[in-house]
Parts: sequence; C-alpha cells; structure tokens
Amino acid sequence: MTILNLLFIVFLGILFFIAYFHISNYLLDSYGGRSVKRYNFENSIRVIVFIAPAFIVLFIFILYPVFETIRLSFYDKFGREFVGLYNYKWAVNDPEFRRSILNNLVWLLVVPTLSTFFGLVIANLADRIWWGSIAKSIIFMPMAISFVGAGVIWKFIYEYRGPDNTQIGLLNAIIVSLGYEPQAWLTIPIWNNFFLMAIMIWIQTGLALVIFSAALRSIPKEMLEAARIDGASELKIFFSIIIPYLEQTILVIWTLITIIVLRIFDIIFAMTNGEWQTGVLANLMYDWMFRGGGDSGRGSVLAIVIMIGVIPILAWNLYKHRQEQKI
Amino acid sequence: MKKISLSSILSQLLLLFFVIVWIIPTFGLFISSLRDKDLLAISGWWTALTTTEINEIYRMSGMESQIEEDGYFKIKGKLFEENSGKKIESFGINSKKINEFKIGDIAIFKDESEVILDEDGNYEWRSKSEFQKKKGKRLFTTSLSPPSFTFENYREVLFKEGIGRAFINTMAVALPSTLIPLIICSFFAYSLTWMRFYGRDTLLAIIIASLVVPLQMSLIPILTIYNDFGALFGVAAKSYPGVWMAHTGFGLASTTFLLRNFLKSLPNEMMEAAKVDGASHYDIFLRIIIPLSIPAFASIFILQFLWCWNDLLVGLVFLDQVPSEIILTAKLKELLGSRGENWEILTTGAFVSMTVPLFIFFALQRYFIRGLVAGSVKG
Repeated sequence: MTILNLLFIVFLGILFFIAYFHISNYLLDSYGGRSVKRYNFENSIRVIVFIAPAFIVLFIFILYPVFETIRLSFYDKFGREFVGLYNYKWAVNDPEFRRSILNNLVWLLVVPTLSTFFGLVIANLADRIWWGSIAKSIIFMPMAISFVGAGVIWKFIYEYRGPDNTQIGLLNAIIVSLGYEPQAWLTIPIWNNFFLMAIMIWIQTGLALVIFSAALRSIPKEMLEAARIDGASELKIFFSIIIPYLEQTILVIWTLITIIVLRIFDIIFAMTNGEWQTGVLANLMYDWMFRGGGDSGRGSVLAIVIMIGVIPILAWNLYKHRQEQKI
Repeated sequence: MKKISLSSILSQLLLLFFVIVWIIPTFGLFISSLRDKDLLAISGWWTALTTTEINEIYRMSGMESQIEEDGYFKIKGKLFEENSGKKIESFGINSKKINEFKIGDIAIFKDESEVILDEDGNYEWRSKSEFQKKKGKRLFTTSLSPPSFTFENYREVLFKEGIGRAFINTMAVALPSTLIPLIICSFFAYSLTWMRFYGRDTLLAIIIASLVVPLQMSLIPILTIYNDFGALFGVAAKSYPGVWMAHTGFGLASTTFLLRNFLKSLPNEMMEAAKVDGASHYDIFLRIIIPLSIPAFASIFILQFLWCWNDLLVGLVFLDQVPSEIILTAKLKELLGSRGENWEILTTGAFVSMTVPLFIFFALQRYFIRGLVAGSVKG
C-alpha cells in the first residue's frame, strides 16, 4: 500500500462516520417537527441514529467476545468440539501456567503498591518546593512513552557484557566500579521479575503522581497550617492528615494501576519474551493464540483467568454507580 | 526555625534524588542516539559527556604510496578523518610503550626509518632506503576525544531501516483510531445524558462494566471474525480499517464514560431553552455541545491517541508484520530481537517513536493531566 493510498483510506474512514451522522440527522431534521406524531417518531428514530454505531461496536468488540471467549474455553483448539473442563485441567497442571500466575500475583502485589507509594511521596514533596512542578513533569514523562520504548531505554540500564569488557549498561558499570562481578540481570530467575517491574513502576509512578497532586489541593490549607503551628513534623502530618484524607484517592489509583498491571504484556514481550521464568498470563495467552497454529481453547482459559482478576473491581464499580444513581 | 530549614533541605534532596533516578534512563537513551555508532557499542553513554582518553592502533600506508623527496623516501598520510575532533596526545611504535613519544618527537623504528606525527593524525614516515613492505607499520596513539554528537544515526534509521515508514503507518493507525471513537462516542454520550429512552440505565451499567474488561477477552473471537470476514469476501483479514475498529471497540467504554461525566456537568437549563426555541437534538449537539466540549475532547483525544500510538498488542494481532503495515512499537520489538547489537538503530528508532508522545506531553500537558485526573477521580 503506498503512502498516498494510505492517506486516502484514512481520510475516507473518518469521513464515513461524519457523513453517517450528518446525513441521517439532516434527513430527520427535514422530516420531523410538523406534527406531534411526527415529532415523537423523529425522536425515537434519532435515539437509534445516535446510539447505533457505538452500540454495534460495543456489541461486536466487547459484549459478544466476552461470551464467545467463555464458550471457547470449553471447546477444543479449533473451537469445534466440546471438551468440557479439559482446558481448565490443562491449565492447572501446566507448569508454565503456574509460573505465570505466580508472576502475575507478584506483579500485582509490588507494582501498584510501590507506584502508589512513590507517587504519594513525590506529590507531597513537590507540593512544598518551588521547583516542584518541573520535578513533577520529569517524573510524569515516562507515562507518555510506549512500554516498548521504555524497554529499549531500560535495556541500556541492564545491558551485560562479559567481565573482561567495558560495561555499557549503567547498572553493571556501577557494580563493576564498586568492585563486584557484572551480572546478566534479566536472566537471573526470580530477581529478573523485579527488574522488569522496576520499568513498570518507573512508568506508573507518574500516573499516581499527577492524580495525587490534584487531590492534594483539595486538602484544606487551614488544617495543615494548624497542625504546623501545633508543632507537628512534616512526617507526622503526612501520616496523620494527608494519608487518611486521601484514602479514597489512594484506593482509586491502586485499582487503576492494578487493572493496567493485570494485562501487562508489552514490557515482558519486548525484554525477555517470557524466558528465564518471567512469563505472565497475557504473554502466555498471546503465545497460545499462535503456538502450533493457535489454540483458542487454552487461549480463552488464560483470558478468563485475567478477567477473573478484574471481576471484584468491576463489581465494586457497578455498586458505586448504583449508589450514585440513587442520589 | 533551624528545624524547618533542615527538613526543607532534606525534602529538596529527596525530591532531587527521585528526579535524577527518573530522568537518567531517558537521558541515557537520548545521548546514545546522538553518538557515533562505533563508540556506542564499546563505551557507556555517560563517557560521551566528557572529554575522554582513547587508545587506538592505526597502520600506516605501505610501499605503494611512497614518494621521493629531499633525498628521503617518504610515506605521508592521515590516521583518521580530520573532522572527528580527536586530538592526539602521545603515541608509540611498540605495543609495550604506547605513550613513548610526544607530538613533535621523532620516533625511530628498528630499521632506522623515522616518523613524525601531528595532533590531527597527519604523519610523515621517512627512510633513507626505499620502503619494501606492502603493509605499513603500526602506530599506537593516545588521543583526547571531546564530546561529539551526530544526527547520522537518525538519517540512517529513518530512511534505510524502515522506521520512517513505520512512523507513517503508526500515524495512519492512531489518527482514525482516535477520531472515530471520539465521533461516535460523543453522540452516544449525548444520548445517554440528554435523551430519554428505554434501557438507558442498563446501557450505562454495561459501559461501566466494560471499562475494566481486559482486551484479552476480545482477542480470540475478534481475530476469528476478521478471518471469517476476510475469507468470505476474499479480502485480507488484517487491515487498517480492522485495526481502527478494534481500537474503537477497546476505547469505546472509557471515551463514552469520560464524555458522559463531562456532559452531565453542563447546565440542563441551556438544553431546555434551546429545545423550547425549536432546536433539534442534532442542532443542540452541533451548536451547544461541541463548542462547550472542546477542552474535554482535547483531553480524551490525547489519552486515546497516546494509547493507540503506544499500543503493541492490537497492532501485533490485527496487522500483518510487513513494511507497509508494521507499526513503530512492533518494529522496535522486531529490532530488539534481530538487531539487538545494532545499538544505533535501536536507540534512534526508540527515540523516533517517542517524538510524537513527547511533543504531546510537553505541548499539551495540561489537557493530558486533566483527562487522566477526570478518568480516575470520578471513576
């Protein structure tokens, strides 16, 4: 496809949707409004015109696939024959699956907690320092770049050369200058997971930081002033006022990062491709989508396991939504 | 008083520590992408920031280039290109004494030929008798190399390695994948907020539930649909419109949710007044909602655009990995695997992929942050 063709279909694609809304509404406008009956008819058609594209997309890309994935998890690799719980039994006994779920759990434990913690600490520090907003910008920046880009960036930190060569990875250069042996960080089982998590924390701390910064402004200044006049130390204020006050925000950020971490794929795919025992569920699923011509049954089971992780959050969101509707 | 200033200094130091730790990885990549590709693979990027001492071995030209002048046989030449900025400090003719001579000294070989060298690497090797060997002798140099940066890597990567085309492909994926959901979701959010119809609350609950459904749940069924669709109509299963719609599907819930939260905050009286004046829903949408929603649109545009630009998984599953379709992240991943040792391609490619996000980040940070905050605090 040449660049010119590409430009043309991009333009056409966007124009299609604009034209759909404009033409259908134009027709409705010129038809309706002259009598009550016509007005009511026009209004009910208009609801359909407004909703249809989004609803069709929602149905094809989210609603139908959820049920289809559940169905496929009980079928064989081609999705043709019903095999009952076979795929689930396979998963429970598969060492790769066990390793992945364990890794996923560690990711879920470490990354949201540390990102939230660093975000809160940095937001609090930056709030009181005149160059704080520049600091916030710098720490927030990794949020804008891709996980793969971040992977390349961190390759320069973790790069390993044999002990006789000059180390070009920063971490090994530091280690060597302190008199230790250089290490191939990403190939040391168990620890390598934490080196990959560091990349994710490096990215997600920015998210926590900006949301906390916004939330910090909602804390009444008088309360903090009063505490300072009473001689409370900054540490004491942090633990006794700021943390309790931001409890709700902390929970929201923690959940948000949890959802992102649950489907973490890119970083591991780019850095180790799941080797040296670093695989997680999303990577294993991607693998099974194509391994041996693809196995939709096993892939679906893995997707469902990821989905189970978000169900508590989903239920909580729906519950909160209900409460809001009542008010 | 003393206590306050101490704690303030401590906070500043702590924040400075965080800033340094956070910026070093990106800074390292940036510096690396501007370095000479040969140096990149043999020394850490931090050495590029200061003048460094490098030891090198060069071989002078052989007998073929000798000339006869002033009763001597001479071989003249250059050890390295003049514009490299290197300045030779000292040199040697023996691998055991590489610092034996200073610039201006005359070094005498065992065969009584002599060589003089200037700091730019020009040498004159002369002998009373004719040179007999095809290969010249070796010189060991110690030179100082000032920090030097080049855009050579960028030129090479953009045009030779297909990164330039991948950049265009990514743009062709991300732009419609952002605009299409924005268009259809703004109508959707409008009807969820300002129109009355049966099933509205259920629809809203579905949106809220869809917010957290991981996209892994959709991959296999949609890939199957695309394959069947492609086979049925005899077209490629993987295509740009397919990716746009996939991104639209995965971004639909959050885009609708954010827009609805914004629309809900607009005053009801305004809509009512317009209706009384005989405006249709489409009029209201065009004349009132769109102008008022520009800031909200900007925030959502940025969030969705960055998500599509930085995505790897969707581009990997729903596009063919060929030059005319591959996106930047997939290309980078490919380079990480196949050209892992070609550091100049990797670093420069990564930086090219970051240009757009970084531009958005620095130019439109306010909207970006506003979108993130709206998406989380209210949710």
